[in-house]
Amino acid sequence: MALPPRWTFLLHLLAILLLLSSTKTFGSATDTEAEEEEFHEELLLKPLPDRKVLAHFYFETGAPPSNSNGHHHHLFPKAISQLVQKFQIKEMELSFTQGRWNYERWGGFDTISSNYAKPPGVELWAVFDVPKEQVDASWKNLTHTLSGLFCASINFLESSTMYSAPDWSFRQASGSLRYGTLPREAVCTENLTPWLKLLPCRDKAGLSALLDRPSIYRSFYHSQQLHLTSKPSDLEGLNLGIVLEQTLTVVLDPSSQRTSLTHISESYLQPSWSLSSIFGRKVNGKCVLAKSSNVYLQLERGLVAELKKNENYGADYIASEGFDGETSFELSVNPDRVLKEENSRHGIGSSFLYEFSVEKYSNSKPFDLGLTWKFPVIWSCQQAPLHSSRFLMGSGNENGAIAISLKSTDLNDSSLGANGASDGCELHVNIFQVVPWYTRVYYHSLQLFVDDQPKAVGDFVEKMHVLPSKDKISPGMMEMVLKLPCGVKSAALTLEFDKGFLHIDEYPPDANQGFDIPSAAISFPDFHASMLFPRNDSLKKSPMLSKFQEKSHVLSYTEVLLVPLTTPDFSMPYNVITITCTVFALYFGSLLNVLRRRVGEEERLLKRKAAGKTGRLSELLSRLSAKLSGRSQEPAQSPSNSSSLINSKLLLKVLLVVAFAVAWQYYFI
Amino acid sequence: MPKTKTEAETETETPKMKPRPIVRLGIFLISHSLLVSVVCCTAGVLALLLLPLLAKNTYISENALMPGSASSMISNRDISEANRLANDLSDLNLEPQDTAAMESRRILTKYMSDLGAEVSYHKFHPKPNQFHPLHFFSGPDSTSTVENFSCSAYVVNTVGIIRAPRGDGKEAIVLVTPYKFGKSGLAETLSLSIAYTVFSLLSRVTWLAKDIVWFVADSQYGEYAPVEAWLRDYHTPVFTGLGTLNADTCVKIDDLYVLERKPIAQSKISDGFRRAGTMAAALILKVADRNELLEDTLTIYAEASNGQMPNLDLINAVNYLAVHRQGLRVKVEKFFTLLDSRWLEILGEIFELLGKVARSLNPGWKFGISAADYIEGSATLASSLYYQALGIPTGPHGAFRDFQVDAITLEISPKVSSHNKARHNEFLLRGGRLVEGVIRSINNLLEKFHQSFFLYLLTSPSKFVSVGVYMIAFALLVAPLPLVAASLYAEAYQLDLGVKNTKSTPTATASDALGITFRSWKWLYAAKEVFLIHVWGAAVLLLPYFICQVPNCSPTSSTVIWIFLSMLSLLIFYFIVGSPYTHVSISQPEKKGEWAILKSVTISAVFIGLLLMSVVNFATAEIGALLLVPMCLMAQPLKLDIKAGKLRSFLRAICNLVLAFVAFPPAAYFVVKTIFEGFDSINVGEFWNWMESLWAWNSATYIYMGMVHLPCWVLCLHVLLHSC
Repeated sequence: MALPPRWTFLLHLLAILLLLSSTKTFGSATDTEAEEEEFHEELLLKPLPDRKVLAHFYFETGAPPSNSNGHHHHLFPKAISQLVQKFQIKEMELSFTQGRWNYERWGGFDTISSNYAKPPGVELWAVFDVPKEQVDASWKNLTHTLSGLFCASINFLESSTMYSAPDWSFRQASGSLRYGTLPREAVCTENLTPWLKLLPCRDKAGLSALLDRPSIYRSFYHSQQLHLTSKPSDLEGLNLGIVLEQTLTVVLDPSSQRTSLTHISESYLQPSWSLSSIFGRKVNGKCVLAKSSNVYLQLERGLVAELKKNENYGADYIASEGFDGETSFELSVNPDRVLKEENSRHGIGSSFLYEFSVEKYSNSKPFDLGLTWKFPVIWSCQQAPLHSSRFLMGSGNENGAIAISLKSTDLNDSSLGANGASDGCELHVNIFQVVPWYTRVYYHSLQLFVDDQPKAVGDFVEKMHVLPSKDKISPGMMEMVLKLPCGVKSAALTLEFDKGFLHIDEYPPDANQGFDIPSAAISFPDFHASMLFPRNDSLKKSPMLSKFQEKSHVLSYTEVLLVPLTTPDFSMPYNVITITCTVFALYFGSLLNVLRRRVGEEERLLKRKAAGKTGRLSELLSRLSAKLSGRSQEPAQSPSNSSSLINSKLLLKVLLVVAFAVAWQYYFI
Repeated sequence: MPKTKTEAETETETPKMKPRPIVRLGIFLISHSLLVSVVCCTAGVLALLLLPLLAKNTYISENALMPGSASSMISNRDISEANRLANDLSDLNLEPQDTAAMESRRILTKYMSDLGAEVSYHKFHPKPNQFHPLHFFSGPDSTSTVENFSCSAYVVNTVGIIRAPRGDGKEAIVLVTPYKFGKSGLAETLSLSIAYTVFSLLSRVTWLAKDIVWFVADSQYGEYAPVEAWLRDYHTPVFTGLGTLNADTCVKIDDLYVLERKPIAQSKISDGFRRAGTMAAALILKVADRNELLEDTLTIYAEASNGQMPNLDLINAVNYLAVHRQGLRVKVEKFFTLLDSRWLEILGEIFELLGKVARSLNPGWKFGISAADYIEGSATLASSLYYQALGIPTGPHGAFRDFQVDAITLEISPKVSSHNKARHNEFLLRGGRLVEGVIRSINNLLEKFHQSFFLYLLTSPSKFVSVGVYMIAFALLVAPLPLVAASLYAEAYQLDLGVKNTKSTPTATASDALGITFRSWKWLYAAKEVFLIHVWGAAVLLLPYFICQVPNCSPTSSTVIWIFLSMLSLLIFYFIVGSPYTHVSISQPEKKGEWAILKSVTISAVFIGLLLMSVVNFATAEIGALLLVPMCLMAQPLKLDIKAGKLRSFLRAICNLVLAFVAFPPAAYFVVKTIFEGFDSINVGEFWNWMESLWAWNSATYIYMGMVHLPCWVLCLHVLLHSC
């Protein structure tokens, strides 16, 4: 935009005026109606059992369905609202992840692991509110748009070999859901910056100021997500109420230097940390545009139970009073509120949330939450009912098998008791797996092992939907509901596959690394990850906590697999060309020779020559050609004789050439 | 040769039709087959002897490896930790073996999980060596039959996995240290502490992109078996068998888990099998018991089953880091007896002289190497050829190659052991830095090893002969075979033609024509005999399966039984099938050609067999060709030579006898053994043991022996003893 400076100045002025007037109107409107664009920023911190700290940033921007401002928004990013309007997105989630979520150590049952633990790379799914035949077109356009928005190669998801349309196993959305992953996408700051641009304060103020790039990218796991939900409020469906949730989940190691292992007791002491030590920054007050700005510290159920045991706490002690009496850890800032989870179902204990409001802090008095452990505590996270892992079987470039193994965790027994069911109890497991077409999975070879015994598939599969892959057109997809007995110790699924061949230009530049099979999603519809807090006014103000209260299936992703395929030797095109040319030349040469040759004709010619009725010129020519080809003129000689004669001549010539070559080599080089 | 026949016929009436040049060349070569075969064979042997001269310096082909570009990060703290582990482990040596084994496993597990690694146990029971003729070549089979076994036969390996902090877990690097739990020596503990040093470093580095698997193999039943069992379970797990294995009431194993739960371990030790993606490469780390006099030495073992080698880049990277970064002396295996052999020295001096002459002619020609280098190179080359030909892996790395994982064994031997603390730490530091560097290089790799050679022979750790060069020697050696076969065949028919031409009268009847067609199919009888002998060879291969069933059989008696049974079966074959020549009444001149045709078909069969073998295992084919080709080419009935009574034919007869003796597999084995080890160590049973190791390791050489070498030898003997 090359506007003259005066124009830009005028524009600025106009914008400021507009802004002023709009804030005024909004300010007046707040009392009457809640239809206002809102921005909330929240941060959840949680110590993890393996000496790490989880930081979960949650930013929510909501745009109410109103057309008071036309296409303009006060807080809501315009790019996103245009996206939603254009492609009629009902719901969408885009995640950029680096590292793996460790389900065993960091938990597999809570909301964070079910909703915010994602497979490495990029995952995108979207539900469209368009007629079914337009869904694919919308998806393709959406991938390109997002690719431009987030500086990532999401546009590769456009190809029909890369995405699939799960019916029910991933999320209930018949027909209008599209799902695609890019396991190899590298995630870096160039993806984070556009994501931050969507926030009203970017990373200049508020909680997002904590997002120090080096410390985030040094983390053990980070997943940056964008979740969009739109609700058509009015009947025309033209104006959409959009909620944009932006989350960033980071697992950080607060102990920069590993404590010496010489003192065993000390080594089990959890490292103490503060916001400034793990992020290198402090919070200088909230983002002024945010409606609420809170920091939560979560102590999960296992930890609380352990603390109680260690310190002989009365259960009511923590709940009723505060922290002065805390002996096993110390907080540098007093929390504004303590929330105790209402454990309706789980008999394990309840987790605690300490709430800190950032509003009262400012530049002069920055907020820096610190946690100092005083006694070693060892606890473990709550696990999903079955721990799932997936691996490849077999070796070689021809075929192999994918195995998904499910192993029961300790939780299973207790939850079984909690469910109160006895023998007839069943555990449902949803499996959703997409396999690229070059691994040709034979779905008939599905084998099921329950408790180390081979079982008939029909006995345990409640529902199955298989979409076999089409070469170079669509990936294979398998959706399955397994119905396992509650006391199951282990279950395993195997699927055999053949490795396909790719066309030469379909190979990526690093073809010899192998090819990825994206993660499978395994969910447990019988189990819901949610935290229930006592109903309170303040809860409504916090979108993150209300999100935590929502019931969501326990979901876990398996590992990405790497399948080595046969690759041509790209480094030797010359050899390939040479060999092919030689073979072709030999083949066509001999074929042509055979086709062209007429034996009878040749014999007649020879006879005529023998009769000596040839012209002078032709005789001369033939003699010349005979000379050139180095053949003796005498036709009457026996073959052996002639060959020996040729031999001596040939030998002489070869010797001459060799001598010449040696002389050349010696004198001229 | 129908062409020659038509030529001969048309010759009389019309001027000769010019045959095509390629045909003429063929005819020329066939008609001079004697000269060609002598030239080719000598050239072949000479080319083999020249290989050390033609060896190229190795270079790192894959740029992504970047060995040694990062400075080492191993600190003294890692080393002191490793020393503490070693002390803890060696303290246990006083206790009885069972408790010591369990306790040492526990200590190791504790150390591993303190580093934040995921630890698991892998249990298996070693399988006895059984010859399964049907399982040959079937590869790693998952049909492990669980028989009743005693609890003490359990082998428990310990596996620690470090997950790369920011990696996606698709690939893994494996580090293997064989360790005898409970009865470990000093060297094994040293190798464990080197591995621990690296492991503890890797648990906190940020650059890791691939998971690291540290596999401590319980080597009380050999080093290969645990690695192989683990790899089999890793790649082809048996879902049904696990239950029986776990439900086993072996108290000791259960004790182990009870022990594990007691301490406040950070992570639970799972009894489940833990995996970490596709394996990119594997290093087997050992510390030798022997001590070197001069400096710390690293020996690289690379030969896997059937002469497969890991990618040369892996060896290059190790060699580069060991020589240029850690200052270790790097060795590969060689035949030490060849080092002071006189003829090799003379040969080396000749080549040196030739090189000097060449250089004086043109300074640009640099093919000469010094005699000492030549001897060294050929000793290494010979051992490289021998171990590839044997087809038996030279260490646990062979198990990895079966699953297409590049792996080598690094055996570090320290300088004269002193109980000097500083010296000990320095050794740990060097070993640790070497392994760290190699792992870091492999970690840099985006793709799997594919850039450099897979088919090569080493003449020194930094010199190699690639497939393009060493194929020449083999090709030259094998080239005369089809020529000689063709010339023998043609000779036999020209003999026939000569007969026909003399009585070329108009009274040539239909019976004569019938005779011609009959004779032209004569080679079928020879082919039948050759085929039958090959069938016999296959039968001989299967005999050990039955001999194994005989209880209390010493190797010597087994050998004797084997040879006896083989001869018996050969005799039975002769009696049942009968000599093929009894079917046709043969006139005297045809009888002359009979052995020639048999020899021609034999040679063709050998040619095909050697070519096939060169694809499977080149080194076997090369050594086999060295033995077989002269014998096949020379073979001529002794009767003829004796009848001739000339000195030349007498010499030929002696040559034939010597070659026939040397090519007999047991004789060849013992001759080689006496050359290398002297007369005293000769024992007939050793041959049985040797063959047993061949079939136990599923070596293709075993099949080659039965299907190519032995039939060829028998057929040549048949030609020698032919009654003509």
